[in-house]
Amino acid sequence: MKANSPSVALFIPCYVDQFYPQVGIATLELLEKLGCQVTYPLGQTCCGQPLANAGYARDTVGTASHFIETFNDYDYVVCPSGSCTLHVKEHFPAIAGLEKEQKALEHKIYELIEFITDVLKIEKLEGKFPHRVGFHSSCHGQRGLHLSSGSELNQPPYNKARKLLENLEGLEWVELSRTDECCGFGGTFAVTEEALSIQMGKDRLADHQQHKTEILTGGDMSCIMHLQGIATRSKQELKFLHLAEILNKALL
Amino acid sequence: MTHPENATEFLKDSQKSKWHDETLWFVRDKRDKVSKGIPEWEQLRELASGIKDYVLANLADYLEEFERNAIKNGIIVHWAADSEEHNRLVLEILQQQNCKAVVKSKSILTEECHLNPYLEKHGVEVVDTDLGERIVQFLNQPPSHIVLPAIHLKKREISELFHEKLHTEKGNEDPAYLTQAARIHLREKFFGAKVAITGVNFGIAETGEFVVCTNEGNADMGVHLAQVHIACMGIEKILPRRKDLGVFLRLLARSATGQPITNYNSHFRNPSPGKEIHIILVDNGRTAQLAREKFRNSLKCIRCGACMNTCPIYRRSGGFSYNSTVPGPIGSILSPGLDLKKHSSLPFASTLCGSCTDVCPVKINIHEQLYEWRQEVTKTHGEFAKGLSMKLANGIFKSPLAYKISGSMMRNALKSLPNSLIYHPLNIWGKNRNLPDPPKESFQQWYQKNRS
Amino acid sequence: MSSRKKILGAIRELILEPKVLPDIPNFSSPGNLAERFTQSISSNKGEVMTKSDFKKWFSTSGFSKVISLSRHFPELRTLPLPEDPHDLETLEVAILDGQFGIAENGAIWLEDTQLGLRALPFATEHLVIVLDRNKLEDTLHQGYDKIAVAHSGFGLFLAGPSKTADIEQSLVIGAQGAKSLRVVLM
Repeated sequence: MKANSPSVALFIPCYVDQFYPQVGIATLELLEKLGCQVTYPLGQTCCGQPLANAGYARDTVGTASHFIETFNDYDYVVCPSGSCTLHVKEHFPAIAGLEKEQKALEHKIYELIEFITDVLKIEKLEGKFPHRVGFHSSCHGQRGLHLSSGSELNQPPYNKARKLLENLEGLEWVELSRTDECCGFGGTFAVTEEALSIQMGKDRLADHQQHKTEILTGGDMSCIMHLQGIATRSKQELKFLHLAEILNKALL
Repeated sequence: MTHPENATEFLKDSQKSKWHDETLWFVRDKRDKVSKGIPEWEQLRELASGIKDYVLANLADYLEEFERNAIKNGIIVHWAADSEEHNRLVLEILQQQNCKAVVKSKSILTEECHLNPYLEKHGVEVVDTDLGERIVQFLNQPPSHIVLPAIHLKKREISELFHEKLHTEKGNEDPAYLTQAARIHLREKFFGAKVAITGVNFGIAETGEFVVCTNEGNADMGVHLAQVHIACMGIEKILPRRKDLGVFLRLLARSATGQPITNYNSHFRNPSPGKEIHIILVDNGRTAQLAREKFRNSLKCIRCGACMNTCPIYRRSGGFSYNSTVPGPIGSILSPGLDLKKHSSLPFASTLCGSCTDVCPVKINIHEQLYEWRQEVTKTHGEFAKGLSMKLANGIFKSPLAYKISGSMMRNALKSLPNSLIYHPLNIWGKNRNLPDPPKESFQQWYQKNRS
Repeated sequence: MSSRKKILGAIRELILEPKVLPDIPNFSSPGNLAERFTQSISSNKGEVMTKSDFKKWFSTSGFSKVISLSRHFPELRTLPLPEDPHDLETLEVAILDGQFGIAENGAIWLEDTQLGLRALPFATEHLVIVLDRNKLEDTLHQGYDKIAVAHSGFGLFLAGPSKTADIEQSLVIGAQGAKSLRVVLM
């Protein structure tokens, strides 16, 4: 670890903390391998997105101010979820008395992959991952944080995760028919519109199956939890890993 | 019925819903391809958005300028505060003409005002002349899509319908054959109609003219044969300058169906000698929407339907699932402004994926407005229990200790409860999805053990 | 209060943030105008022809009800322009001169002076538009610059034959209006 390396606070989303500790560990180890000085502030809870997306943003003032205070003393906040990062950046209610801190947070919080490519300025990672990998583009990561170009827009194609993955020795990138269609998770949508949510998930899985994905990856465990839940129920032979897990494994 | 109930019903016919999804995806894909052939595409969207924003910021002035110039051109201008007044104005013109049968080209505004049932109640036969609209009219259905009104129907169903209504051969499902039968039927109606009704795509303030776009030519067939043309126009359809049409006509058809332009783009400035053009400027909730700062720019919509074609929800639930004149994402931000209670489930019929916003040719931030409408809906129509559980959750997330306790309780519960309980039908998540295997410890516990 | 007053009053009551009306740049695209125009018409399901191809097609088609308002082909007319558009019901061919065409989408500008009767290009079974190949513009922006705000009682950008895809998205040419469009580039 370099002495002058920036202080990075890990923000591990609540459901990752509870259900996918291995993703948190991979994120931490990966950032350390890349030379960051990483801390996990123990007082952290949740960003409040589930409430806000359900229409109760006004009830998240307490959650948001707690979040701002918890992460106030760090140079960067890094999170292995595009969706939660976007929520903090764009959907936190305005917190009276913490205006300056809130503005600062919006500019210093990064999704893991964009932190690696845009802040650490890492163009490629040397490593090995001999698998056929299908990428699920999370909507909030793509259309919200612009981690990759959208099929809807007339813009030069790019994909920050792909740039890192494709350089790994042996990794085969799966081209999908619908490169960036939503998986149907959508937070409370997953239960309030259960039938649609399941159908959308099945359709995404079918696209991966059809193109012989071996490992389905992405930057948001919420999408993956939903897709994996459907795949497991229907006994599909498909493995699921967060991008952090792949990169951390590959860099061993 | 709420949107989830309707969607569940639509998905039951899995073959048809798959077809519906794929057909609309095909249209969206055509839109993607054709838009990528225009290097300045994103700039055009920015321009269109800017022009519309400017119009909305100066709407009263532009409406007056439009009216002044239209009158100068010999167009008769009417104003309608709501749908009732709009319908009454149309009926009055028909009665003056002693007209008992009218042809009407596609107009979402007249659907919004429920003009057809109103006129029929007053003894006027209305013939919708867009092929798709005629099909759904035969079935007593509203359009299920604003550009592709009969997209929910298979050709077999249309063949059966035409056999009954137009006496086509039984079992002949050839679209060309069925279209030809409709052509004969509709041309007879065009040549017999004294009055024709159209919608309006754009009204130009600077010239007092208005533009109507079709591919079938049905609007023109109607109005040029009729004695009187009634054009029904929402007050938000104004553009300042004629040259603005260059921007909008380049975007409209490409966004709607992936074609470079509609085949007929008619500019009506004055009536033919001896004939009449009436234009009805309709508010019907638009000034109220203009007053809502967060939702104002939904009035920029040019009704291209691109947000429907791209919406993963719309494609898999069909237009009728929204139970709103304008379905899909744009309908879900327009309709709550008209009747919040009736349409309260619509802002939730979305994953907030944002695709609608990125295809919108006038850059309406549709998914952000869906999010904002959710905040409005829960203020007045949120179920009590949902509100309570959310408040509770906020209490937990505010307090690290409470969060830790409830989190480990959740994990422990998952470990110790029998599967039959976890996957109880009441647990909606688990109906068709497994839950993740509960880990032995949370990340936080691991971190405390290993790193602190 | 009249609805007009009510609507305008409701709008004027609002305090709206001032905006700026954007200028429209003069967008243009590379490529030969006639080639791009021909391609556009063909993708709109019309057909661009030379004068000789058109004459050949016309002489073998055997049409007897023809209205030609084109100054290039006055001799092909078999019927005079009627006064009442209802008399166009059985018209087989209309031949008109277009003012100019747009390369990017095939749209051709016509006004009352070219149309004779506004119903003519729609009611006819087949439509032929004669266009000077030097009268092609790049995009709609140049097209609107050309017509500017000059008065046109009825003006039309026409880009193809009547078409529909309302039955299962299958494209069918010849919905309610003209069943075909031929453009003769002179």
